[in-house]
Amino acid sequence: MPFACIFVPDFPVEAIVRAEPELRSQAVVVLSGKAPLEKVCALNERARRMGLEIGMTKTQLEACTGVAMRARSPLQEAAAHAALLDCAQSFSPQVEDTAADTVVLDVAGLEPLFGALPKIARDVARRASELGLETNVAVAPNPDAAALAARGFPGVTVIASGMEAERLGELPVSVLWDGLSPHLSPHEKGEKDEDDAERFLNTFQRWGVRNLRALAALPGIPLSERLGQNGLRLQQLARGSSSRTLKLVQPPLRFEEAIELEYPVVLLEPLAFALNRILEQLCARLSSRALATQELRLRLELETDLCPEDSAAPAPALPRCFTRTLRLPVPMLDAKVFLKLLQLDLKAHPPGAPILKIHLAAEPSRPRAAQAGLFVPAFPEPEKLELTLARISGIVGEGRAGTAGLLDTHRPEAFRIEHFAPQEQPIPPLGEPRGNRGNATAHSSPITALRLFRPPLYAEVTLREGKPVRLLCPKRKDIAGEIVWMAGPWRSSGDWWEQDGWARDEWDIAMNRENSFVLYRLVHDLLSGRWMVEGAYD
Amino acid sequence: MSASFATAALGRSFALDSTSGELELVPAPAAASRHAALAEHLRASPKLARVTAASRLELRPVPELAPTGVAEFDALTGGLPRGCLTEICGPASSGRTSLLLAALSAATRRQEVCALVDAGDSLDPQGAAASGVDWNKLLWVRCASTPRSAAGKTAGDPWEQRMEQVLKTTDLLLQSNGFGLIAIDLSDIPLPSARRIPLTSWFRFRRAVEHTPTILLVVEQQPIAGSCSSLLVNLAASGKLPDLQQAPAGPSHARLLQVLHATAEVQRSRLERKPTQSTRMQFYSRPAWAG
Repeated sequence: MPFACIFVPDFPVEAIVRAEPELRSQAVVVLSGKAPLEKVCALNERARRMGLEIGMTKTQLEACTGVAMRARSPLQEAAAHAALLDCAQSFSPQVEDTAADTVVLDVAGLEPLFGALPKIARDVARRASELGLETNVAVAPNPDAAALAARGFPGVTVIASGMEAERLGELPVSVLWDGLSPHLSPHEKGEKDEDDAERFLNTFQRWGVRNLRALAALPGIPLSERLGQNGLRLQQLARGSSSRTLKLVQPPLRFEEAIELEYPVVLLEPLAFALNRILEQLCARLSSRALATQELRLRLELETDLCPEDSAAPAPALPRCFTRTLRLPVPMLDAKVFLKLLQLDLKAHPPGAPILKIHLAAEPSRPRAAQAGLFVPAFPEPEKLELTLARISGIVGEGRAGTAGLLDTHRPEAFRIEHFAPQEQPIPPLGEPRGNRGNATAHSSPITALRLFRPPLYAEVTLREGKPVRLLCPKRKDIAGEIVWMAGPWRSSGDWWEQDGWARDEWDIAMNRENSFVLYRLVHDLLSGRWMVEGAYD
Repeated sequence: MSASFATAALGRSFALDSTSGELELVPAPAAASRHAALAEHLRASPKLARVTAASRLELRPVPELAPTGVAEFDALTGGLPRGCLTEICGPASSGRTSLLLAALSAATRRQEVCALVDAGDSLDPQGAAASGVDWNKLLWVRCASTPRSAAGKTAGDPWEQRMEQVLKTTDLLLQSNGFGLIAIDLSDIPLPSARRIPLTSWFRFRRAVEHTPTILLVVEQQPIAGSCSSLLVNLAASGKLPDLQQAPAGPSHARLLQVLHATAEVQRSRLERKPTQSTRMQFYSRPAWAG
């Protein structure tokens, strides 16, 4: 039963580089600890070639040029680990979360789906690369051998059944340290494990055991007498003959990415660069799980102390976090569209303070499946339409572009603007009539439309026997004169049990204008006693 | 040196003498050979390589016409042409908005997605629903003057701001494709402001909508798009007071607005080969309560 192991060398560095891909060609060190006592906790191969080591202080590093120094970021490491799990889950549901930088998956039975084992290993490495992680991938007949090979050999390694001891024999004994407690996370690996590892390494050093081949060749009983069960366990690992079942995990479908910015960002343009990286990673993760998203949640951690300390005025109570939620009408998976939507949203709702951290979460949903019909009318692409709506909202103002949701009341102007998300008409099955297309060409006289004045125009009305006979609108000089025709009043009222009750009389009136006439709707508000011209019939 | 071209419609050939600039009638076989010579000349010259000979120009296809749902209007115009700019103009109470809502209603019944750029923010949503407009298929863009000061007063000419919003929004809608009908309601815009829309914008709109199934409909007081519109219909109130459900002698609250008469006249149409003739027709609209 073959297993594959995905191992991320220099995981803290890789988590940083994943968010800043331009660092991949540079020497990078990751520092941990409190200032000014930060020490190097991880570094990449280029930094090692420059002679840098784990444990060096920041002061020592400052003597070197061309080294990118970054603080360790638990947020980005968590996101990188989640991406690693997504990569494994995209190939097999049987996944073991071995360590923060290691994942083992059962690849038995995947050949018909993905091809031969070497191809699977290459595909896994490529998928991880798409998710921003440079990994070592190894396939072996048992999980521990796969883990040792992934930690020891760079790139893609495939070990055939029966060849474990031969292939693993080249590896140094020190590689067993990482494979000693493969099911434990680095947090769980305590000082005891480190001491044990050091003790075993010293013993092997004294015995002249340099690599796994030498360890595998040691006689079992004397080894057990000297090192106990742990020694035998290490020898089994070295021979590649250990056997265990995977501790399967089912990671929750949480797609979150975060970036801790080196400097507080004020302008939207540099923020867009950071958002673009996050969105690309998020979309790659969603894509690897064959999912899309219908909701994006952006949380920005802001700098609070904006006012100078010597200022007499108290500091304004700015929110620590700024949150925006982007709800999409249909599931989408396009980083460029998401970025543009977020840009437009942030332009309309600026955070108001420099940004320190960016958190972005996507609510996963199944991708939409639609088949366009030959005879279905053209329909705007949902992604394009969403962008267009966001841009139009930026021009005319928020809440001024959409569809009207009519409310169940007789109150005038009873509607609310809702998000415009037209649903494509499904194609009817063969043999069924094509919906109501038959009525599309039906002819009838049009309904007389009313053009509303928003807000209604205040009017001065002259009454005779309780009926309006003359009208004057101070704000519209063209609406003035004798009323030549009238109908009404029609009284209506409602919500009298509420604070905002309403009661009114409506009149339809006609006034002469340039050899013709114009029809208006005149309203008498019974609560305030004011007359208003509500609109014109057209 | 002379060049020749053939006119397929007349079945005759002419030769153009470039020195004298005169046309002479030549026999058809000679014209064919000269046509080939002209084509060769055009191909040989790098500047003229992309020039299409007039004889090779294709006839512009007649656009598909979409009915508005108003029988009289459709009988007069054939419907609204797709891929073209149509102007409907007229004064207040001439039935412009009723016709617009009827067209939107017909389009949404055809399951087409429509957009209304409402420059004056004067659409009555209840009335639109009563006209049969499917709100799930209609995008309503309500232009507004942006208050710039704390007192809520607008900076500059408020109509200028609205016109700017109309132009930008229409550009975006035309670019996004997929709309069956895009209507621009400029009825409330004062004529001087509406006429400030540069002609280049209308040319751009016409170009953007060309070769698409979209109907671009502009409702206004007077024609402003010039030669960019393929169909121009002028509406006018009939000049007589509206029909009443009851005799005028009855009490005023017993009267109901029953029918509004209007006349429509095609002022320009590029959809027909023959010269446009001014034709008139009468139609009426009825209020929602008239049944």
